[in-house]
Amino acid sequence: MKNDKNVAIFRCCMTSMGLQHYETASNAVLQELGVNFAEIKEFNCCGYPLRNISLKAYLISSGRNLALAEKRGSDILTFCNCCYGSLKHADHIMKENAQAREEVNAALRKEGLEYKGTVRAKHFLEVLSEDIGLDEVKKSIRKSFNGLKVAVHYGCHLLRPKEIVESIVPSQLDAVVEATGAKSVPWVGKTECCGSPLLGVNDELSMDLTAKKVKNAAQSGADCLCMTCPYCLNQFDRIQKRMAEGKRLAAKVPPILLPQLLGLAMGMEPAALGVDANLIPMATEQYLRAANQG
Amino acid sequence: MSLHKLVLIASLVIFGIGTVWKISTWFRYSVGPQGSRFSMSQRIAAALKGVLASLFSPKVISAFFADALFQRPILREDPYRWYMHMSIFAGFAMLFVLHALDNYLMVHLYNGYAATLNPFLFLRDVGGALVVVGVIMAINRRFIRKERRPRTSSMDVYAIVMVALIILSGFLLESTKITSQAAFQRMADEYTMGGTDEDIKALEAYWSENFGVVVANAKVPYSAAVLAKGKEVHQANCEQCHAAPVWGFGGYAISVALRPLAAGLDAARLPDILTWVHYLACLFLLAYLPFSKMFHMIASPISLMASAAMGANSDPANVATRQMIELDACTHCGTCTMTCSVAVAINEFPNVNILPSEKIRALKKFATGADVDDKELRAIQQGVMLCTNCNRCGLVCPSGIQLRDLWFAARERLLSQGVAEPNLLSPLAYYRGLERENIDKDQYQKPLDAALNVMSGPKGRPSDAVVKVGEKAILGELSRSIQANSFSNCYRCGLCTNSCPVVRNYEHPVEELGLLPHQMMHAIGLRCWDLVFNSRMLWGCLGCYQCQENCPQCVSITDIMYELKNRAISRKNEELAI
Repeated sequence: MKNDKNVAIFRCCMTSMGLQHYETASNAVLQELGVNFAEIKEFNCCGYPLRNISLKAYLISSGRNLALAEKRGSDILTFCNCCYGSLKHADHIMKENAQAREEVNAALRKEGLEYKGTVRAKHFLEVLSEDIGLDEVKKSIRKSFNGLKVAVHYGCHLLRPKEIVESIVPSQLDAVVEATGAKSVPWVGKTECCGSPLLGVNDELSMDLTAKKVKNAAQSGADCLCMTCPYCLNQFDRIQKRMAEGKRLAAKVPPILLPQLLGLAMGMEPAALGVDANLIPMATEQYLRAANQG
Repeated sequence: MSLHKLVLIASLVIFGIGTVWKISTWFRYSVGPQGSRFSMSQRIAAALKGVLASLFSPKVISAFFADALFQRPILREDPYRWYMHMSIFAGFAMLFVLHALDNYLMVHLYNGYAATLNPFLFLRDVGGALVVVGVIMAINRRFIRKERRPRTSSMDVYAIVMVALIILSGFLLESTKITSQAAFQRMADEYTMGGTDEDIKALEAYWSENFGVVVANAKVPYSAAVLAKGKEVHQANCEQCHAAPVWGFGGYAISVALRPLAAGLDAARLPDILTWVHYLACLFLLAYLPFSKMFHMIASPISLMASAAMGANSDPANVATRQMIELDACTHCGTCTMTCSVAVAINEFPNVNILPSEKIRALKKFATGADVDDKELRAIQQGVMLCTNCNRCGLVCPSGIQLRDLWFAARERLLSQGVAEPNLLSPLAYYRGLERENIDKDQYQKPLDAALNVMSGPKGRPSDAVVKVGEKAILGELSRSIQANSFSNCYRCGLCTNSCPVVRNYEHPVEELGLLPHQMMHAIGLRCWDLVFNSRMLWGCLGCYQCQENCPQCVSITDIMYELKNRAISRKNEELAI
């Protein structure tokens, strides 16, 4: 790895909502890539769900995580776009706004923590593209997805607001996916919201947005949707399944997580990546071939 | 009947009635809305069926031995606390079997059993010492080490004090009996057959010299002849049933320290007093057990076995019953709170019900129909809402309590009671949407409509504001996040509205959403708060940042939307008196 500062994995609250396989797949791929990662048990929620209610509560939640990682001298590695966006945004606000930082630190001091601003929150995609580098990723690929057409899905908080998450550009996911031999197809809406922020608040609206995206992905001829966020996965898996059962969808497009896709191309067994735990099954084997050496 | 027996029987009766009453609550009440669908007899029948079907399954047996007896979940979480609890648990269990039940159990198990013989004498002190170590560790954890966010309730103090009282009075009793001349006299009278006064005197000298009995006005040093005689009497009458008191090492150690005072204490009949203190403390613990957190020693193993036996498709009647058992299984150890993902929010919302270990106590009150006033009810509701449903609490609970399910059940019940919940209009409602299949069809949408109605009034063009906010306050709030006060840069080009996926979703967006994003920014500039806060656009905003990203004037539209939502919700919460 180009950057050998160790990283603490940030486990999203969503993991326990039937997404343990996301954790399984990410751990397996990180190990394969030789990333040294630590767990910080004291991490709490990134604060994303609190942002609608209280900016301060959100900032304290995020700030505490940043401070914990800072104390250990680690950066933070997340597999969730919303955790990523939230941590980055809080980091940004506390750097720009001394009053906000002081308010957060006043709460953190009670347990002997302090946010200083020397820690970086990174998304898995960022670690792949920047710290490890695409060339290294390519070296770990042992099988190739021949002819697999993938609709890559960036989602919102990986890309926006761009002055805050500047390090990710909307071509990096395409590049990583294509490193596995698959083809990233152009489609409408690959950088748009999956609809999950309104699930539970306005289900009709949330599902409308998801349905539109599935339809667009299907029209582009994609065999699957590839995402880097548990919220997006739930939306394209559990909710897509719910919509299909409710006759709301003409065609289904199975989802696959980026670490699952990578892991398969690295030659791992589907079971080691929790591929079977995706509710909308995808036949991956038919596309996998031994990779061309050189 | 002796007074001893009378008190014992009274305590057992209170314990028995209390336990039956407590267990009846498991079938009479429920945490979630589903319980009212079943009668008490249906609940009992379902439970019996469930127990019969699963009692001997390997999962349940393993839960009993590995989780309940060996307490594997605590070991996984924190070896310190495992050792602490294991010490108290194992020590108490030893004392209960070897000591409390000696006349009822041990005498039947061992031919020629005597409490004063080894290994019983020694093991009794081992049990006591284990409890002492555990209690010291517990005091250290609760009051000295002060782990992250533990809360100590009066019930926690009661438990520590009672256990400490029982053990300390026991050790003190043992020590004063070792030194007591009166106790020696009583035993000598009882056990030396046909001994002359001279024999007894010699025995007294021997015990005083070797075993720590403190003799008033003793003619020391004793002559070798007297001691030799005493040894003879000891060997003939005592030795078979009484090991050297030093084997009761705890009491013996204290007795050595107390020797200078021993004669006075004996004259004041301290051993008799301590006997009563010790006895009554034990019986009080027993009688009060069903009403105290010590009841977990019955409810926790049941909870652990029930959660091992039950799965996603379990009978809802049994889920309701299990959840009631879980309320009693909680030991208030605080493991859940220490791992809680949103506990940190208590810095902003000073409501203890956010913390799982406190929330479960509130639910106990709420579920059993205790008098809970509106204010408290709102606080409980906020507590169950401010939860990301990450289930970290449930995964670490040493009593196997399925905490996330408990919160879910309580949330649905509170929401179905019709108190509008502003926090539902946030990602905190996400899990509810994900688990929609597990909520009554009629009950799913109602609370959402109610929340939207109190936050922004009826659908359509905005009328009077439902949320009233002070103008100064809102403008102050807007300037807090970076450039949130950038609304004044807006020149109404409408790019935000055109890039909004929510607006695009509707054929008649104004009918559905009220003000659209660019109109929102303009209305803020005009201070038209009624229009702003009545727009359903606020609660339809995804937070996807498309509008902000596309704004040529760098207006932080999404951030402003967040600020407005914050303002509206906190104002509504104030109105609803939290």
